[in-house]
Order: sequence, then C-alpha cells, then structure tokens
Amino acid sequence: MTPNSAVTPDTAVTANTVQFLAADGSFAPNDAAAQFAPYLERLGEDDYRRFYRDMVVVRRFDTEAANLQRQGQLALWVPSHGQEAAQVGSAYATRPQDHIFPSYREHVVGMIRGVDMVDILRVLRGVTQGGWTPAEHGNFHLYSFVLASQTLHSTGYAMGMQFDGTTATGNPETDEAVIVYYGDGASSQGDANEALVFAASYQTPQVFFLQNNHWAISVPVSRQSRSPLYLRAGGYGMPGTQIDGNDVLASYAVTAKSMDDARAGRGPSLIEALTYRVGAHTTADDPTKYRDADDLAYWVARDPIVRLRTNLEGRGASQEFFDGIDEEAADFAADVRRRALDIRSPDRSVIFDNVYAEPHPLIDEQRAWLDRYEASFEGGEA
Amino acid sequence: MSANIETHSVDTDSVDTHSAPQSAPVPAPSPPTSASLPMTKALNAGLRQAMTDDPSVLLMGEDIGPLGGVFRVTEGLHAEFGDKRVLDTPLAESAIVGTAIGLAMRGYRPVCEIQFDGFVFPGFDQITTQLARMRTRHEGGIAMPVVIRIPYGGHIGSIEHHQESPEAYFAHTPGLRVVSPSNSHDAYWMLREAIASDDPVIFFEPKSRYWPKGEVLFGESGTGLHASKVVRIGTDVTVVGHGAMVSVLLQAAEIAAEEGISMEVVDLRSLSPVDYGPILASAGKTGRVIVAQEASGFVSLGSEIAATVAERAYYSLEAPVLRVSGFDTPFPPAAVETHFLPSPDRILEAVDRALAY
Repeated sequence: MTPNSAVTPDTAVTANTVQFLAADGSFAPNDAAAQFAPYLERLGEDDYRRFYRDMVVVRRFDTEAANLQRQGQLALWVPSHGQEAAQVGSAYATRPQDHIFPSYREHVVGMIRGVDMVDILRVLRGVTQGGWTPAEHGNFHLYSFVLASQTLHSTGYAMGMQFDGTTATGNPETDEAVIVYYGDGASSQGDANEALVFAASYQTPQVFFLQNNHWAISVPVSRQSRSPLYLRAGGYGMPGTQIDGNDVLASYAVTAKSMDDARAGRGPSLIEALTYRVGAHTTADDPTKYRDADDLAYWVARDPIVRLRTNLEGRGASQEFFDGIDEEAADFAADVRRRALDIRSPDRSVIFDNVYAEPHPLIDEQRAWLDRYEASFEGGEA
Repeated sequence: MSANIETHSVDTDSVDTHSAPQSAPVPAPSPPTSASLPMTKALNAGLRQAMTDDPSVLLMGEDIGPLGGVFRVTEGLHAEFGDKRVLDTPLAESAIVGTAIGLAMRGYRPVCEIQFDGFVFPGFDQITTQLARMRTRHEGGIAMPVVIRIPYGGHIGSIEHHQESPEAYFAHTPGLRVVSPSNSHDAYWMLREAIASDDPVIFFEPKSRYWPKGEVLFGESGTGLHASKVVRIGTDVTVVGHGAMVSVLLQAAEIAAEEGISMEVVDLRSLSPVDYGPILASAGKTGRVIVAQEASGFVSLGSEIAATVAERAYYSLEAPVLRVSGFDTPFPPAAVETHFLPSPDRILEAVDRALAY
C-alpha cells in the first residue's frame, strides 16, 4: 500500500458536480445538472449509441496501441483508458467550424474529428512530429507535448476568430469557437494561467476543458491544488463547472452549452471533468509504484463505458447491438494494427525539409554535406 | 524630421475622391525619399508601413498602446490602427508569444514587443519549443510569420535585466532567424523584411542606438535581411560586430587610422544565419579577424564566428581569430558597465595583439 490516494473530498464527485448518469447507469440528473438538461434534447438514440460505439472502439484501439508498443512498434504509448466519456461527450459538442487544441491523450477526439488513428501512432512511433494536417482533419490541431503550451496557442487562435469577425455574429451554424484540452498536472503550469488571463481579458470564444484524471504521472491532484480546479475559473472572471467526467451525457451537455456561449460571444469558460487515468501515464510508467489499488478500484467501479452500457440496456439496446459494437471495435483494432505494421520511416531529408519556409544557407549546406557523406560509402545513397 | 514620416504614412488616405467625384483624382503627395531619423522613429515608420500594406500585421506587447511602448517605438500606432491592430496585452511574455503563435496559425503576422532584453525569458519556452518548431512539426504545412522585437544591450546605465545581450540563446535555436540592425536605415528595412518573412524572426534592437539620428532611404533597402555588410573599408585587420558594437568598432577604426592602422569593419546584421561571404572575403584580404560583442564570450556568437573563420580562412590567417566580449559574469551594476562593455580601447588592444603575430 502506498500513502497516495487521489480520492479526497475535494476531488470526488459531489453535489456540485454535474451528473446525469449515476455510477450505476441510471439516468438521475442531480440539481447541478438541471440548467444543462435542455442540451440533452439535441440527442437522439443514435447519438447515445454513437457515443457508446466510439468509447468502446477507442478503448480497444488503446489496448492495441499498448500492445504495439510492447512489441517494439511504437516508442511510447499514451493510454486514454478511463477518460473516454469526458472526451467523447465534449468532442460531439463541437461543430465542424470549431477548432480543437488537444494535449496528447485525446485520441478519440481526434477520431471523431476525422484523424486517422494510424497517424497518431506515426507520431508515437517516431516517424513524424506532426502526423496530420489540422485543416484537413476537422481542425484537430497537433498534439503538444510541452504541458499547457497549447492553451496559449488556442487562446491566440480564438483571438484571431474575433479579429476575423467569424464568431459572435448570431449565426450558430457558422460562428466559430475553440476548445482546448489540458489536465490537472498542466493546470499548474504558468502557461495555463496566462492563457486564462488572456482569454478573460479578450473574452475569447473558448472553452478550457480540463480533464482531471487525478494523476500527473506519479503526483496526485492534491499536490497540484488545495481546492477543486473548476473554482479557479472564478478568479479569472469566467464561469467554471465541474462535471462527472465519466458521464458522457454530462460531458456533452456542459460542453455544448459552453461552446454555444463561446460562439455567441458570451466569452470563455472552464470545465473540470472529474475522471481517472486507469492506465499508466505512458507505457514507460508503472502506476503500482505510486498509487493505491483501492484508489484504482474506486474509479474502475465508475467506469464510463459500463455506465453507458447499463443505461443503454435499460433503454432497450439488444445484446446483438453490443456484440456488433465489440466486433466493430475488434475490426477497427485489427485494421489499425495491420496498417501500423506498414508504417515506413521517412527519408532523411525530413531533417532539413521544413525547418524554415525560406532558404537558409546553413541548412542547405548541411543537407548537401550529409548527402555527400552518405554517398561516399560504397553503395551509399546518392 | 518626424513630420516627414507622418506625411509619408498618410499618403494613401489623403486622396479624397468623395468630395469631388467629377474631377480627376488628386495625386497623392509623394512620400519623401529619405529622412534623418533616430532608430526609434525609423522602426515606427517601418511598423506603420507594414501595417498599412498588410492588414494581417498586428502589434502585441506591454504598454505599446497609448503610451507607445517604453521606448516609444509604437508611438501613434494605437491611435492610427486601433485596438485590434495594436494590442496592449496583459503583462505576460509567455502569453504574448504563445498567443502570437495561435494568431499566426490563424493567418496573422504578429509583431511582439518584449519590453527589455532581460524579460524575454518568461517567453523563452514558447519561443524555443513552440515558435521555432511549429513549421517543422507541421511538416511545412503552416508558416510562422512572427517577429519578436527585443530592445537589448548596455550603455544606458539602467538596472538589472535592462542591459543584457541574450542573442546567442536564440541564434542557437534552429527554426529561428535572428537579426540586429546597427543604424536607422537598416532598422527600417530589416524590420519590414522581418515582418515579410514567413519564418519567425527575433529582432534585436540595440537600445543605446535608439536615439542617434541616421539617414533612412525609403526607396530601397540596399541589402537583404540576412546580408552582412562592410561598413568601413580597410586593409590591416577585420573587425566584426553587430548592433551597438558597430559604432564602437567605427570609433576604434577612426582612432586606429590616426595611428596608421587600417581597420575594415563588418556589420554582421544577421546573427542567424550568418552571412560569411563578406567576412571571409575580408579575412582573405587582411589575414586578421577580431569579433566583438557586448554579450559574454563563452559559447557566444563571437565563438561561433571565430571557429568558422578559423575553419574556412585557415590559409589566409596571419593571426588567430580574437574575440572581444563582455566578461563571463552577469551584467554588472551600471556604475561599472564601462569596464564590462567592450570600448574602442578594448578593441584597439585586440587589434594590437592581432597585428603582433
């Protein structure tokens, strides 16, 4: 047993935490959920099933990616196991014109916005540092591995929307907004603070979506903050809402309202999604060294997929439906695996290709030198 | 002389065709072809012209609005272009750079002002891990046309963090371009060229040269952003420097000339990339090269240039390449800065050593 437990009165679900689906899967909105309930009216049965499908698929994908790492196909894997509801619900609350700035664990958000999951694997395999073109993949921006750095980029981008006049025009079909993902660890970074200051100052069309998964590698959220993180929003002068991040409906409804407000010119807001990193921080990590088995068990009992499944069963979803989703997830993972094994290394010219937009003598000189050097060996590449 | 610049700036707006639609358009007054300006005014004119030419250019920084910046480089621009083009930001350098990156992703061309050299470090992470690599990370899919203006250097008698020369940190960072003008004409043109560049440019402004006037020719730059330039022709020894050091080198050359020593002075202008052409040509002619800088010498621009000249001009050299630098200490209290900063006499001491070989 370790002394570290992430379950404290401050970090567990309370009466202030927006929740529609109770841990047992029953639809039991609490008082905090009332103002967000109208946003669920936008959802039909197909949406609920799509949420479930995406959550199951990404969890299966996650397992496959971890396996690929263990087999030496990836340098590293960053599991999202446990955080599927927070990510799926918020992703479906975005519109096509919105821009998404992820951290590096939001795989299913990328999937929903049109990113090929193999492109994410290419980043973790070390054949590219980007992986996809945001403008061609649902405005899902690149992963950012310096914690909270993306919060500032997203705020700047949202300022640009304001200057362009493409937000707050009153047309929800075209008005744009930004959602940025970060975590409890990143919330301690100066950049997260500065982004919130700028967002409040310029009243950017922006949602800060903080996934509190309770662990920053080995450090519990209690070390990051003495008070619930959503309360920080008030200090910046913006609304802050805590949600049960393992409730996909809470994630959808609160994000939908917040993004609507952002698009309509009502300014930025912060959502703290209480969830849990069931897996390791990355495949380089061993969570048994720092966290309590009871802590894990507490959260596994609140699994987001089980919860939605129970709810769907109550709404009449058949065993065939669930079996079909499992089969689809297995096929998805098999396809990813097959294509992951086909990932090829880039030509060495990528070292030099895109460092500068305009000619640069040192880069040109070194590229030419490396070519000559390689060619100097017998059978060397020209 | 600043009135000339103001006339220059409003040339397009002064044509009033609305009041007399029947008559032939009144020709715009011709902009002046040159003006004698302090560097602050030359930079101001460069910013104004860039903003007039391209609506995507915007300015960001602390106190750059109604105040016009602590050095008044942006004076009048807030009144002329408004809140959405001249952003008086909250006091946070990492956010100034980080939001500029987001704005550049959106298609803007932000020009950030860092108030003083020693205050760039809160923004250092965003500059080095984000700004410098965004294009590489996006595999060439986006441009990062961000300019970061940094007033730098000593000789102004100020307090800690206000007199430093941190250019080597940035020159060491792949993905950045780093430049520093030494005079008003270059300040005007290099700033315009930096803003036009699709790469991030760290633009070091030698603040001790902010106030002396110099002729600015508005017709053409005469050189590119990354060209080094011989600013005094000589035959005995080559001295290389940038920013405020150039005027120190020119003073030293005047003194040396009285003693019969002919110094060739090269203004580096660009710190990354370095244009070695004129430097090596000069080394080939004089056989003796000295690199001078206000910055501490250890792992500096001077070290890099000395090493490269030694590699590439080996058979031309009559003496080892010498460096004259600030000492490897924190910038000292201003009361003793004249002992820290290379003076004409310190340059001449090195010239004597080089000539003794």
